[in-house]
Amino acid sequence: MKTILLSWRYLWSRPLAAGLNLLLLTLGLASITFVLLVSQQITMAFERDLAGIDAVVGAKGSPMQLILSGVFHIDAPTGNVPLAAVRELEKNPQVARVIPISLGDSFRGFRIVGTSFDYPKLYSATLADGTLWTQPMQAVVGSQVARQTGLKVGDSFAGAHGLGAGGESHGKVMYRVSGVLAASGSVLDRLILTATESVWKVHETDTALDAEDQKMLEEERELTLALIQYKSPLAAVTFPRFVNSTTEMQAAAPALEITRLLSMIGVGTDVLKALAGVLLLTAGLSVFIALWSAVRERRADLALLRMLGAPPRKIAGLLLCEALWLALLACALGLLAGQGVMAVAAWTLEAEKSVAISAFVWPIELVLVPVLALGVALAASALPAWEAYRISVFELLQSR
Amino acid sequence: MISCRQLTYRYASGPELAFADLEVNQGATLLLTGASGSGKSTWLALLAGLLPASSGQMTVAGQVLDQLSKINSDAWRARTIGFLPQKLHLSAALTVHDNLELAQWAAGQTTDNSRIAEALTALGVQDLSKRKPSQLSGGQAQRVALARAVLLQPEVILADEPTASLDDEACHAAVSLLSDTAQRLKATLVIATHDSRVKKYLEAVSRPFLDIKLASMPMNASVMSYKINSDVVANLPA
Repeated sequence: MKTILLSWRYLWSRPLAAGLNLLLLTLGLASITFVLLVSQQITMAFERDLAGIDAVVGAKGSPMQLILSGVFHIDAPTGNVPLAAVRELEKNPQVARVIPISLGDSFRGFRIVGTSFDYPKLYSATLADGTLWTQPMQAVVGSQVARQTGLKVGDSFAGAHGLGAGGESHGKVMYRVSGVLAASGSVLDRLILTATESVWKVHETDTALDAEDQKMLEEERELTLALIQYKSPLAAVTFPRFVNSTTEMQAAAPALEITRLLSMIGVGTDVLKALAGVLLLTAGLSVFIALWSAVRERRADLALLRMLGAPPRKIAGLLLCEALWLALLACALGLLAGQGVMAVAAWTLEAEKSVAISAFVWPIELVLVPVLALGVALAASALPAWEAYRISVFELLQSR
Repeated sequence: MISCRQLTYRYASGPELAFADLEVNQGATLLLTGASGSGKSTWLALLAGLLPASSGQMTVAGQVLDQLSKINSDAWRARTIGFLPQKLHLSAALTVHDNLELAQWAAGQTTDNSRIAEALTALGVQDLSKRKPSQLSGGQAQRVALARAVLLQPEVILADEPTASLDDEACHAAVSLLSDTAQRLKATLVIATHDSRVKKYLEAVSRPFLDIKLASMPMNASVMSYKINSDVVANLPA
């Protein structure tokens, strides 16, 4: 019989204690798994959506809000800026590329983004079907949009005013789907892209009283914000200051705001981590008590094993192996449970059309989970194993 | 064969025990009686290589015990000594078969199922191999424990109080069983007990045996020496 098998039998000879310890360890490890996955996924989602955007220029307001609305599309924009002011920025020698973003309408909760071809190019997006827009009022839908709304190439739909569902419908001008993007995991999956002109057209057609009014509106055309790529990293020092001090707009650096945001989320994950730590500590203590009482209970049995010729290290190994079994089982169950909760979270976020996180990914950070499980098992079994190691066979002969 | 000469053991904070010289031939029976505190447990521990002698020499089955290192003594004990503890100590978590397998595990041997079946059959408990110890009667449990003790075909069978809390009939059966098993394996049988019935039943199974009574001994006292050959032991006065 192998020590591994024997320790398995001994472990389950007390099913209640083993089950409780397994549960505690699993809960602790599942929390750790979840926290690790969430921080990794959110960081990754942010970094992916950042995709080399050096600065975001928009109306004055909270820079964080500007980034959240313009880059990640999870917040309302700060306002609009005049088209002419953005055009001015294109002439700035430090700027390599300006990508216009016009927000304001949505379709069943998915944002309609007026932009240029540079925007899908920024994320190296590819088309699953159809083509990019060739004229205003043509739209390209992201993969999640296509999946959840059933839109396909050739379909028509009307945008609704506002970024949430249930806004007033712009029934006069219909969008026609010209293409569907392939899933990329980026923010594009949950956006509807169209030419900037489409957005203007929808609102002007809706509000213009006559041709003259239309002309006036055209002169006052606005964008919501612009994504900027620098020519050289040096621009990061001077460009935002230049925009903030000389124009009516503000420039925000996404990298900076993301760091700020992550550190705010970090407080939350730290609390979760501490909670998981307490759970693990409790589990460790519980395993320790179980093994300790097992050694006490089976003292004579273990002494007999010594009498039968088992060297002390074999007896200690038996105890250690029992703890390792618990660690192994809890590690597997904890990882699965953590991934399960993550899958639910991913599903919920997708339903809310928020940041896209993927379930069942195995980032390298998860190595921490088996390492912790092993650590807890070793720490909890060290003293019981030592006690088992020291068991004297002589006690067996003296027990009267 | 068991032989000991000028054997003493001194406890770190206690008396020194001196033991009688004795020689027991291979296959003979040694009955070790004496009140508690007389050194029975100590002598058994010395015999099993669990304690090192303070002075003198103990030879068991051709092995001089003080020449064994601590690690070797475990392997040696597994091969040489079959131990039947008073409380049997069958592992409650395991079946009868697995309890025997445990002995092979402890000895560092690979599982040998045919050997286990053989040992159980020899003691007439082969049908119980799938039961847990809690499902055995007292007598059955003792047979299983004895099967475990003789599984590795030891040269010495050590029975510690094998008849405690048994009624007369069961006591008789236990002694016969031990004696028969030892005879079958040609093993030296050592029975340590304070139960006076054991002697009576040993006489009844008409096996020559050596009867040693350990008395509480003063410091450094030497007790009488016995030297018995199993062929002639039956002729000696009890």
